[in-house]
Order: sequence, then C-alpha cells, then structure tokens
Amino acid sequence: MFETIILMMDATIRVSTPLLLACLAGLYSERSGVVDIGLEGKMLGAAFGAGAVAYITANAWLGLLAGISVSVLLSLLHGFASISNRGNQIVSGVAINFLAAGLTALLGQTWFRQGGRTPSLPDGGRFTEIVWPFAEQVRNIPFIGPFYAEVLSGHKILVYVAFLAVPLTWWILFRTRFGLRLRAVGENPAAVDTAGISVVWMRYRAVIACGILCGVAGSYLSIAVGSGFGVNMTAGQGFMALAALIFAKWKPVSAMFTCLLFGFLDAAGTRLQGVEIWLIGEVPLQVFQALPYVLTVVLLAGFIGKAIPPKAAGIPYLKERS
Amino acid sequence: MSEIPAIELRKINKSFGPVHANKDIDLVVKKGSIHGIIGENGAGKSTLMSILYGFYHADDGDIIIKGKKVTIADSKAAIGMGIGMVHQHFMLVDNFSVLENVVLGAEDSALLAGGLSRARTELKRLEEEYELRVDPEALIQDLPVGLQQRVEILKALYRSAEVLILDEPTGVLTPAEADHLFKILDVLKNQGKTVLLITHKLREIMAVTDTVSVMRRGEMVATRETGNTSMEELAELMVGRSVLLRVDKEPAQPEAPVMEVENLTVTDSRGVQVVKDVSLSVRAGEIVGIAGVSGNGQSELLETLSGIRRATSGTLKIQGESIDLGSSTLDAADMRRKNMGHVPEDRHRMGLINSFTEYENSILGYHRDPAYSRGLLMDLGAIKKNAVAEIEKYDIRPPNPMLKTANFSGGNQQKIVLAREIERDPEVLLIGQPTRGVDIGAIEFIHRRIVELRDAGKGILLVSVELDEIRALSDRVLVMFDGKIVGERGSNADEGELGLLMAGVEDNRMTAEGGVQ
Repeated sequence: MFETIILMMDATIRVSTPLLLACLAGLYSERSGVVDIGLEGKMLGAAFGAGAVAYITANAWLGLLAGISVSVLLSLLHGFASISNRGNQIVSGVAINFLAAGLTALLGQTWFRQGGRTPSLPDGGRFTEIVWPFAEQVRNIPFIGPFYAEVLSGHKILVYVAFLAVPLTWWILFRTRFGLRLRAVGENPAAVDTAGISVVWMRYRAVIACGILCGVAGSYLSIAVGSGFGVNMTAGQGFMALAALIFAKWKPVSAMFTCLLFGFLDAAGTRLQGVEIWLIGEVPLQVFQALPYVLTVVLLAGFIGKAIPPKAAGIPYLKERS
Repeated sequence: MSEIPAIELRKINKSFGPVHANKDIDLVVKKGSIHGIIGENGAGKSTLMSILYGFYHADDGDIIIKGKKVTIADSKAAIGMGIGMVHQHFMLVDNFSVLENVVLGAEDSALLAGGLSRARTELKRLEEEYELRVDPEALIQDLPVGLQQRVEILKALYRSAEVLILDEPTGVLTPAEADHLFKILDVLKNQGKTVLLITHKLREIMAVTDTVSVMRRGEMVATRETGNTSMEELAELMVGRSVLLRVDKEPAQPEAPVMEVENLTVTDSRGVQVVKDVSLSVRAGEIVGIAGVSGNGQSELLETLSGIRRATSGTLKIQGESIDLGSSTLDAADMRRKNMGHVPEDRHRMGLINSFTEYENSILGYHRDPAYSRGLLMDLGAIKKNAVAEIEKYDIRPPNPMLKTANFSGGNQQKIVLAREIERDPEVLLIGQPTRGVDIGAIEFIHRRIVELRDAGKGILLVSVELDEIRALSDRVLVMFDGKIVGERGSNADEGELGLLMAGVEDNRMTAEGGVQ
C-alpha cells in the first residue's frame, strides 16, 4: 500500500510538470490582459521543434532551445494579431492551435516519413534523470527513504525547473517592478498608459515569457518523458492548463497545487484502470479525465469561491479618441 | 510680462479626420493660479488637455512650458515636465492598494521594496503638506470615489507635478465631496502649484478659479478674470447666445394624485435599510423634486418604483390600483404597462445599450409594444419611422437613426432616452439625474420638455443631486437624508435651508407639524 502511494506521488509529479509549466505560461499572458487559448498549440509546436532538433543534433539542450524558439515565435504571432493589430484573442489562439496541429504533422511527415512522428531519439537527445545525492543509500529508511529516492529524486531537470518556476513567478509578480506593471496592464491598461509606460511593450514581454514556459512544457513531452515527437502528443494538456489557471484564480502557488491535483487525478485514473473498487465497481478512465474540467465548471458556477479574471483580459487596448 | 507663465499654448491645431477638434488655440496659464477651462461637451477641452498630457499630438502649434518650447512625445514626457493629470475616468487599478497605484510607473528600481517604502514616507509628507489623507494600504475598490480622486491627485504630486490638470473632476462627486475637492485645490494653489480645471459647470468656475477661458466648437473664444465676469456672461460665451439659467414656467396647476407611495421600506443586498418608511404623492400636473446628497436612498427609491428593485414593504397606488410592493412581482415592463415611464439615473448602465443603434435604443423596453412588433418579429419600418420623428422633435444630433448610440454626445444620448420615455405618453414619469454630464444647450432643452410634460397634466417625480436643477424645476421639493424624507418645501425653497436639510440638520418645521404628507 505504501509503495503504491509513493508510486502515485511520483507519477503525479511527472504528469503535473507540463501542466504546471503551461499553466504558469498562461498566467503571465493572462495577467497582462492577453487571453491565451493557444497554449495547446504552442506546446505542440515546441514538442515538435524539440523532438526534431534533438534527433538531428543528438543534443537535448539544443532540442530545448528549438522547442522554446518555436513556441516564442507562435507567441509573437499571437501578440502581433492581438496586441499590435488588436484582433480577437480567442480567434488568434484557436488559429494557432490549428496551425500547430496541422504544421507539425505535415512537416514531420515530409522530413522524417514516419507518419508525422519524429524518429526515436538517440542517446544525448533526451534529458536524463537527476539522481539526488545518497538516494540509493537512504532508500531503505522507512517512509522518508522511498519518498526521497522516488518522489523527490530521480526526475528530469525540467521537472525541477517547473517547480522552481512557481516561487520565482510569485516573486516576479509581487515583488518586482515588472510584476507590478504586468498585473496593472491586465487590470487597467489605461492607467499604465497614462503612467507613461508602453502597454504594447509590456504585453509583448508577457507573451514572450508565456512562449518560453510553453516551450519548456512542450519540450518536456517530446524529449524528457517521451522519446521523440508523436502526432498530437499534447492531447489537450494545454486546455487542461487553462482550466487549471482559472481554478487557481491566476495565482502562481495555487496554480501549482491545482496542477498537482489535476496530475493526481490523471495518475489515479491510469492506476485504477480495470480495478474494481468496493461498492462502486470499475470506474472508467474517462471519469478521471473529465474531472478537472468538471471541477473547473463547478468553480466557475460559483460553488467554490469565485474566479475573477484580470479585468482587462481579452480586451484589446485602444486609446480613446476623446 | 512680469512673470513667466507656467504653460503657454500658441496656435494649437488638432483634427480627427474631418472633425477639427482644436482650432488655433492660444492659452496662457499663470503660475500658481487656478485656471478654469469651460465649454460644452465636445467643445474640445479634453482634446486640448490630452495634447498637453502627451496623449495626443497636436497637428501644429507650439507648447511652451516655463518659457521653453517643448515637444511632448508621450505621457512620460509630460510627467517629466511636471504635468500631472486627473482624468475624468480614474486611471487606477482597482485591486491594487493606494500605495501600489501611486508607485506604478515611478517605481525607482527593478525591485519594488525600495520604491514602496520611499512612497510610504513621501505619502506621509504629502498628507501633511496638502491635507490629503488616505490609508496607503487600502485597496482602491474599497474606497469611495472622492478618495479615489484624492489618490489620483497624490499620484501626480508624487511625480512632483507643478501643473495639475483636472478633467471634469466633480462629475462623479457628491456636492460635499466636490466642496472638499475645491478646498484641496486651494491648498495646492497656496503651495505654489498651478491648477487647470476643465469643467462645464459654471458654478465651479465661479467658486474656485482665478482666471477662466471659454471654449466653443474647438475654438478659444474668451479669457476672463473670474472676478470680472458673471455666470450669465460665461454661459453666453459657451453657447454663443444667451441661455436661460432659470426655467421659465407657470405656477403648477396640480390636480388629483396620480401616484401615491405609502410607508415604503427597501433593504439592500447587504441587509441595510436604504429607504425607510417613505410616503409621498405626485399629483397630475406637478413636478415633485427629491433633493439629497447622492447615496441617501434616492436611487433605490427610484429603482423600486420603476420595478427594478424589490421593496421590503410598502404600498403603491397608481391608476386607482393599490399594489403591495412588499409582495408584488411586478417588473420594469409591468410598471411601464401601468403608464409609468422611467428615465434611469445612469443612461450608460441602464438607459441605453451603447453598441446598439439609435433606432434600436429608441424602443428599448417597449419592443413588445404592438406598435413596433409583428408577432415574433420587430416591425423595423415602424420603429425607424418613430425614431426619425423623435430625432426631429428632440433635435437629436447627428440626425441619423442608424448610428450607434456610443457615437452620440452625452446630451444627445440623454435626449434619446428622454424621447423614448416621454413619447410613450406616460401618466407618471420617474426621472433620475436628467442632465448629468449634459451640456448647457441640451440642459435647457431637456428642462423645457419636462415642464411641457407637466403642463400636459402628467405627474413627474424628479431625482437629482444638482440642487439648482431641483430648485429650477420642482413645484414641491422633498429632501431625502439617510433613507428618510426629512423635509418638504415649496417651489421657491431657500437654497441654504435645503442644504441644511440635505446635510441631515433636523427640520424644526417638521417636528412642529409632526410629519410630512
């Protein structure tokens, strides 16, 4: 039983990581007032870029760089449409999702001829587990030992990056000038404008931050947990991250716990597949897959507190004409 | 020239497409003075100030600050030159603290801690120097508008503004808050700051300014020492002809009551009694004005009578029918069908849908009326014909029923609402703030229409925070304070006396007579 719990925790962390990265990515964007429904597409684009470059160069770091670049480019596209040209942010985001889904499969097939997949990565093309000091030695200490060795130690570097990004994001948001302006521009861009700060530049910086984190999230899928890119491998995780963002009320620490919860539901679903539960019977996997969305809808309906988005989110900023 | 002026504008021009918003504007503002700029809505006051604050760029002309010719590229440059602006709609982040709002854009360094602590000390100093007390940790959304405006002033002072521009600062304030603001402006002046006050209210100009410049249709038509001019002269300059500041009307010929309210009590969502045991009646052919500082229950009274808000208890007698408001489920549409029109206090929030066209707004609330519908469909022909007729009758400009209401000026928007309600020929008309944010020409028109309606034998209940308006229009004045009616006066009520009642000073006449009918 204890072993099961440890394994579940381990799996939860692994599954939560891309969600958390994408969720924080969305946080930067939406806190600045740019709604980003294109998290999914950016992750997918990044996963492909990372998979392709890591395969060709056999270097995971170059793969990561490529993944981030693709994602940032897509972010800039979203920015160009919705910040510079004040287009509808939802439409732009949806377009990016379609673009990424189509383009990755097409380029994958053209370049590698494996049905859109990238070939399996060579050694060095994948990130490897980082084993913490003394993980093997302490493994046999009851309770703490396995927790240290399995849950804390032995993840890819990107997992640690994701969880360190949480306090870092909190600190940036609430303790720096950039964070203050970021939050302000998402609430009342006119106030930022009259204070002599460029709304456009603030929002661009926010979507670039979003692109970087989405890039890490996508790369994690193809070159850290996975071994290469697979068609549509994000499988809706970008949307799940968006749901988590709402559930966490656009707060970084809450975002982490929400992603852990959603990750846990996912891990539990996989674990309980085909298992008869006393009195209930077998719970279909789909129930667990749907739960995060159900929870988010329940939240939005006002049963668990109230989710108030940044006031200017989704509204293009236009200087009034007197 | 003995002293270099704080600001000098020479031949400023600005056009938006075909609209020439500012034409060859010259302006000299003396240092350490309160300079008023008055003009009707759309006269180009705000455009001129936006140019000065770097929000827009002038097409040509010179800006000279403290004797030096400058170009103001953006707001940041304006702030750098010591210009601060308090906008009509506050530029504050609602869920930020006062401190964070003050610091935004002037944070000192990449980390916040230093800037915030400097701001805390600086705010304390400003608080003492200018008597501007605000809790720096309070959230903006928890502050009343008067205090929010104070934060805006503090923001400017924190950026060491020498010149402070206030754009229609009293539009959102209660009379008491406005008086307080004027005191603050005096303190600023005494400390050597220059204040530019943009307004369309003559009273304010007369009350606080040293000098006043008048704008009309994009041009600067006159500049006067406030001491050497009069309201009448300024009003004439603003509209280009003389206007009646007083409403011409015959004494009322009231008949039988058309609406009677008895013991109305309303409790709001917080559980606070906002209307307390109010009884009043409106007779055919009279205007009953409700005076009071805003927030004393007038809005709730109006909303309850118009069917938007539920009462806790009370009776409404209308058209020979007695309705128990405590249990009635009548909504706004039902009330309208009982021949009760309603011009809501806030036309943007309740009177109009700004993204709808003029003709759509002209039947809002009456769209089920058989005159404008055919089964499930709207009768667009009839609606537009009616809209065109109303546009003509009420001189709504531009005369285009296909234009979105957002593109009409405040005065014309108000006329659209008024036309809609009056033309349905109600027996009783409830009117809230009929001329809020409306220019003088339109005010005159609106007042005349209201009096005409009265003379046609209708009953009118008027709520306004503008005491002048109440006194000019009403045949009877009821004063509301803290949810209660605390006094009643005739049409020639003394302003000072009403002011005392509005401030909650007990009415000795009332206690002597033992109540008000």
